[in-house]
Amino acid sequence: MNTQRRHTLQRASGLAVIAAAISAGLLPASAFANWNKAAFDAKNMAEVLKAMGGSAAEKSADIVITAPDIAENGAVVPIAVASKIANTQSISILVEKNPSSLAAEFEILPGTEANVGTRVKMGQSSNIHAVVKAGGKYYVATKEVKVTLGGCGG
Amino acid sequence: MADPMRIRAQQKGDTTEVRVLMAHIMETGQRKDSAGNTVPAHHIQTVSATWNGKPVLAANFGPAVSQNPVMNFTFKGGAKGEKVIVTWTDNKGDKRTDEAVIS
Repeated sequence: MNTQRRHTLQRASGLAVIAAAISAGLLPASAFANWNKAAFDAKNMAEVLKAMGGSAAEKSADIVITAPDIAENGAVVPIAVASKIANTQSISILVEKNPSSLAAEFEILPGTEANVGTRVKMGQSSNIHAVVKAGGKYYVATKEVKVTLGGCGG
Repeated sequence: MADPMRIRAQQKGDTTEVRVLMAHIMETGQRKDSAGNTVPAHHIQTVSATWNGKPVLAANFGPAVSQNPVMNFTFKGGAKGEKVIVTWTDNKGDKRTDEAVIS
């Protein structure tokens, strides 16, 4: 029991050092390199939007989510998001029923196409939200993905 | 130190398509081991890609990204022989940088 506690303490202090280094600017940090802890801890879309600095997201048909209707393995669900909204600044992928909604966010820099793909874990069947920030406003599209085998725990 | 990434950058017309496969355990911090202890979270937090020294993509990953994360994106420009460099940093401060030549 005590060794476990030692470990936890050590880990905690290690993380604190890293956090201090980042805030002191010792680690190279681009505009987007600051990991938004509040957004990644948020439990639902409203909280994620708030943590990202927005309030409400408008539904948009110009965001295309490419994901399977039924995912056999929740540990690996391929998701691709394409945005046809002009001046797309960022694309975020949210899984509604995961312990923390936000899975990944991508910053679309000038010259990069607003079309990104990755693979996420899903604990259970859920809606996938793609949140696009364009011109200071937030847009969202939703797609339901059914999972036959959960991706968390196991 | 982490295993190398596999990066593939392919020129398609006037754009370049980049696919990255990172080798990382992506532990969520939700899972428990056989003794019932929570396995601490260990996952990639930030990823950035540059082409000729110019940033083309930045991404933040949460623990919900799958093990051995895959990422693909496309940027305008790029010529055969030019370099694409990808760097990631995880929540324990570990980092890895790899590069690929556009083909």
